[in-house]
Amino acid sequence: MNKPIEQIVREHADRPGSLLLVLHAVQREYGYVPPDAVPVIADVMNLSRAEVHGVISFYHFFRRRAPGRHIVQICRAEACQSMNADALAAHAQQRLQIGFHETTADGRFSLEPVYCLGNCACSPAVMIDEELHGRVSPGRFDELIGELEAES
Amino acid sequence: MSAVVYVPRDAAALSLGAERVARAIEQEAAARNIDLTVRRNGSRGMYWLEPLVEVVVDGERYAYGPVRAQDAPALFDAEFLRNGAHPLQLGPTERIPYLSSQQRLTFERVGVIEPSNLEDYVAHGGYRGLRNALSMQPAEVVQAVTDSGLRGRGGAAFPTGLKWKTVLEAQAPQKYVTCNADEGDSGTFADRMLMEGDPFALIEGMTIAGMAVGASRGFIYLRIEYPHAHRVLTEAIAAAYRAGYLGADVLGSGRAFDLEVRLGAGAYICGEETSMLESLEGRRGEVRVRPPLPAIKGLFGQPTIVNNVISLASAPLILDRGATFYREYGVGRSRGTLPIQLAGNIKRGGLVERAFGLSLRELLYDYGGGSASGRPLRAVQIGGPLGAYVPASQFDTIIDYEALAEIGALLGHGGVVAFDDTVDMARMARYAMEFCALESCGKCTPCRIGSTRGVEVIDRILKDVDRAKNLELLEDLCETMVEGSLCGLGGMAPFPVRSALRHFRDDFLRSG
Repeated sequence: MNKPIEQIVREHADRPGSLLLVLHAVQREYGYVPPDAVPVIADVMNLSRAEVHGVISFYHFFRRRAPGRHIVQICRAEACQSMNADALAAHAQQRLQIGFHETTADGRFSLEPVYCLGNCACSPAVMIDEELHGRVSPGRFDELIGELEAES
Repeated sequence: MSAVVYVPRDAAALSLGAERVARAIEQEAAARNIDLTVRRNGSRGMYWLEPLVEVVVDGERYAYGPVRAQDAPALFDAEFLRNGAHPLQLGPTERIPYLSSQQRLTFERVGVIEPSNLEDYVAHGGYRGLRNALSMQPAEVVQAVTDSGLRGRGGAAFPTGLKWKTVLEAQAPQKYVTCNADEGDSGTFADRMLMEGDPFALIEGMTIAGMAVGASRGFIYLRIEYPHAHRVLTEAIAAAYRAGYLGADVLGSGRAFDLEVRLGAGAYICGEETSMLESLEGRRGEVRVRPPLPAIKGLFGQPTIVNNVISLASAPLILDRGATFYREYGVGRSRGTLPIQLAGNIKRGGLVERAFGLSLRELLYDYGGGSASGRPLRAVQIGGPLGAYVPASQFDTIIDYEALAEIGALLGHGGVVAFDDTVDMARMARYAMEFCALESCGKCTPCRIGSTRGVEVIDRILKDVDRAKNLELLEDLCETMVEGSLCGLGGMAPFPVRSALRHFRDDFLRSG
């Protein structure tokens, strides 16, 4: 049972400039910011729904749909491109049978682009959930995905 | 006596298996009944050698690397705890040429100490700068930073002391110190390494800034892509509070400084200072029109220092060893040292902190060892996605603010990304516009619309549709973006495009 949205909002709302804190807390709890959270957040924080929606939609990190159980982020920025990240991205889409911003039919993986993980001397880089991986070849990518598939 | 082994907990080292290596060494020691302590340091910044394992023998550290978990039994067999011979043996860490030829000032402790161990920090000279600052007048502290010649290491290279002086002289009930840790440029990781490897240097630097300008609150705006740095900073801030280095009465001075970390949410534009302030206030990260400057009217409308991680982390050593010590490093108007990050298609990528004055060629070949692929290097991009591409014919350029400006390039945050001769520079130019479109905050038209039009125009050029006219149009569009954008995103996204057009025009002229 997830913590009610209103309770999460009240825990953070009194700190200065707290809307991002609130949204982070909601996403930590639910994995995304559910659409029905927007009026609750707006109400408690004395903001308009448009303001809350505007902030959610501005930031790439906030999701408006439930993601898969594992979030696979592939770096698409220049340093990784110099080490064939484009080929890795194509391979990943093939392996998972989904495009970027999509979730596998079994709800196991979501694939997301990311623009720099700060691992630019060990490109190409991939982050799965909060675990960072460097020098990820297509073969290594398959191993990492295979390990997660074996888990669940 | 317990043997001591260091295995980094730096995110990049972990990305190459450092956690498994640490576990394997502990297990192997237990199986062999060897009393052994694994300490977790930051990274030395020699990433081709990570995971880099160090052992302490007679007070000196000896390195082995790159170590895989399955190497553990053989390392024990080779008596690596006594610096025994093994194919991965590298000798005394600090005599590895990549490291011994550097001038590590800001990164002096990174990879050496245990990051969130306050006692270790203090034992390595930590908090001497703050103690000195507390015995000085605020204006004297600001003067020391001015005299050091330090310029903002985030990219804009604005004199740090001048910024602090403006905030000091502003009258307001509340002032703020904010740290821009939204290190979004591809090819850069110095901030991450420092926060993960020596977080107290940043905390101390921010406290000094607070004391210098009369600000009692600080925020670190950290990008969400750095969960490891977040964990280390959170631990270190808690330790600093417990020991009285933060809080209502900093070191018994009667002066307060409170510090917290706020997380970004994956918006590149929030590395632009006014956008970062909007985000810290809980809004869309849309840039503000300047003036007023943040130093006059910044966070919540109050006078605010906005500095990059490296700038702030340089303050403790300037206050500890003096402005003259710092400014003796460097050339011309580029004083002190610069932590350069060598990344991309390079054999020996990592962090190179040197006084200004190193050439690109020395960096790429003497340190970097050429490309990782073994093919000739064709270009480097300096300063992130808004930085110019520099062709191999200009590799003799010195890496400092002025010399790079002369060839139409920018140092930015000091990231250098190498590309071999398979790179298609027209595609990289297209990507620059694509990235700008993706990350534009939308406030000004040249950036919001111009970047999308830029992608379309480049596509037409590549497909040989009215090529001559579209090349002209692209130049025109670039000029409009440079001249008309509110901030550096739209204003600089044309830099990589124009440099690619200038130096690699043939890549645009292949028939589509």
